[in-house]
Amino acid sequence: MSKNKSKTAAAVMTQRPLKKRIMDNWQLYAMLAVPVLLTIVYKYIPMYGIQIAFRDYKASKGFTGSEWVGFEWFLRFFSAPTFWRMIKNTVLLSLFSLLWSFPIPIILALLLNQMRFHRFKRVTQTVLYAPHFISTMVICGMIRIFLSPSGGLINLIAGTSIDFLTESAAFRTIYIASGIWQDAGWGIIIYMATLANIDTSLYEAAKVDGASLFQRICHIDIPGLTSIMVLNLIMSAGSLMNVGFEKVWLLQTDLNKATSDVISVYVYQQGIENAKYSYSTAVGLFNTVINVILLILVNKMAGRISDETSFI
Amino acid sequence: MRAMSVKSKSGKLSGFSERTSDIILVVICTVVLFLVAYPLYYVLIASVSDPYDVYAGKTFLLPSQFTLEGYRAVFAEPQILTGLFNSFKYTIIGTVFSVVVLYLTAYPLSVKGLPGRKFLSIFFIITMYFGGGMVPTYLIVKHTGLINNMWALFLPGGVAVGNMIIVRNFFENSIPKEMTEAAQIDGASKWKTFIQIVVPLSRSIMAVMVVFSMVAYWNDWFTSLIYLPSPERAPLPLVLRNILIKSSASASQASTISGGFAELNKMTEMIKFSSIIIAALPMLVIYPFVQKYFEKGFMAGAVKG
Repeated sequence: MSKNKSKTAAAVMTQRPLKKRIMDNWQLYAMLAVPVLLTIVYKYIPMYGIQIAFRDYKASKGFTGSEWVGFEWFLRFFSAPTFWRMIKNTVLLSLFSLLWSFPIPIILALLLNQMRFHRFKRVTQTVLYAPHFISTMVICGMIRIFLSPSGGLINLIAGTSIDFLTESAAFRTIYIASGIWQDAGWGIIIYMATLANIDTSLYEAAKVDGASLFQRICHIDIPGLTSIMVLNLIMSAGSLMNVGFEKVWLLQTDLNKATSDVISVYVYQQGIENAKYSYSTAVGLFNTVINVILLILVNKMAGRISDETSFI
Repeated sequence: MRAMSVKSKSGKLSGFSERTSDIILVVICTVVLFLVAYPLYYVLIASVSDPYDVYAGKTFLLPSQFTLEGYRAVFAEPQILTGLFNSFKYTIIGTVFSVVVLYLTAYPLSVKGLPGRKFLSIFFIITMYFGGGMVPTYLIVKHTGLINNMWALFLPGGVAVGNMIIVRNFFENSIPKEMTEAAQIDGASKWKTFIQIVVPLSRSIMAVMVVFSMVAYWNDWFTSLIYLPSPERAPLPLVLRNILIKSSASASQASTISGGFAELNKMTEMIKFSSIIIAALPMLVIYPFVQKYFEKGFMAGAVKG
């Protein structure tokens, strides 16, 4: 918020009574009517509906009329035979994703930022963004084609005929590598934009002093990126339990479930496919609560590292 | 490359080590470019090649026995045509709806001194971090009678808050206040100011938002999977699920049993490659037009988000 500007504007406005100010702006409130209504109906009422995690939801009795059962659904989830497997898979899949996919956009941005051939730089950026604009469905279709045991690109190159999607040991690698392919290029935008704001006279001064390219990156660019890096890391760590449903569901086979069984897929299967509404809501809520705890913890730790990055 | 380096301004100043580091950068970037582009290129050439040659590994660099049979087969498949039609419909209506809602939200929230502005902003931003989750949302959508209704794709998404913040910041920072104030002194209503000054002055950010919405609707299938169960309403990606995901599982089983690609259904294999291209191409053609605005928009969103 640019505080000075809004203060002066507010000062001018507060000279008139509140009622008059509201009447003056009725058209602006009218514009907000539809968005506010949509948000209440489809965002806030479902939040209120989370209480069915503690009830035995029956469609006829509604959110508040269904019988209260306390923590029964949570206890049932904790004692599910695949509970620990799902927790482990969810955490490991997103932790390894984070470890691999966090540094790569930063490295790419640092390199591209130093590229002096502008047309080449632009073409590279355009191509790097491309996979981000492709549907997960298409990406997973490509993965399946490339990994096909007969005639798949990977097997053709390696001269083997391995059915990778039936190997649970290969699942995480497939998931993470394809994720990097799809989104690392898009991830550079925020870093490129930050780097573009660095004063170019710093580079000139460093060159005069005889600093090499590597030294300029280490001493000018990386310090410039630190706060945005920490911010991004917090955001990612806060969603550690949020493994996306789409890709896992599309790449899951009966034989790789030992590593591909994750909570989000379970929430979908129980809630939508099996119509166990209360149970699925409880599992989803459990996941959200852990995420919020993680977010607060990481935010606190990051606050200790640097003051400017607390964002809640 | 050499000609370009001479042209570039600081090239004159650089000595040997600068040139070496330029070469290293170009080499690394070329490798990265290849890694990103090759899978797409491979699908493209495989889509116009004979499937047996693809499966024998004869199409690494160039198409073999050029044919458009795959594309002809795709457009002869009624399911895919329905999906394509649905996808176009959902994308167009959804984009218009989303961008209108986005603008209607972002503009009032960008007007300084609007009573309740802060409260309203927080009201929207909270939904970025907390939600009801899959099932409660599903139950509300069901309750409001939207199952198997196209509007289930647009209404529950409501306001795209992240994009809304970007647009709001654009209004605050890039539209000269003098212009909106002058219009209101001349007697224009708030609504008229919005339509005649703010909307025309924000064309660049609108282009970005249109592209973002189009991409989101064109690529989405999960919302349709949940809310539009009847097959004749499925968008293209959901139709492709049967071709790309389900059939590949059975195909790989079949091939392990028969021990090769002799049993391969030639048509299915051709359709796979060409349908990928058809699903991916429209968005890949569009985004470069607004690419130059991405960085600006993201920066505006990040600074104040």
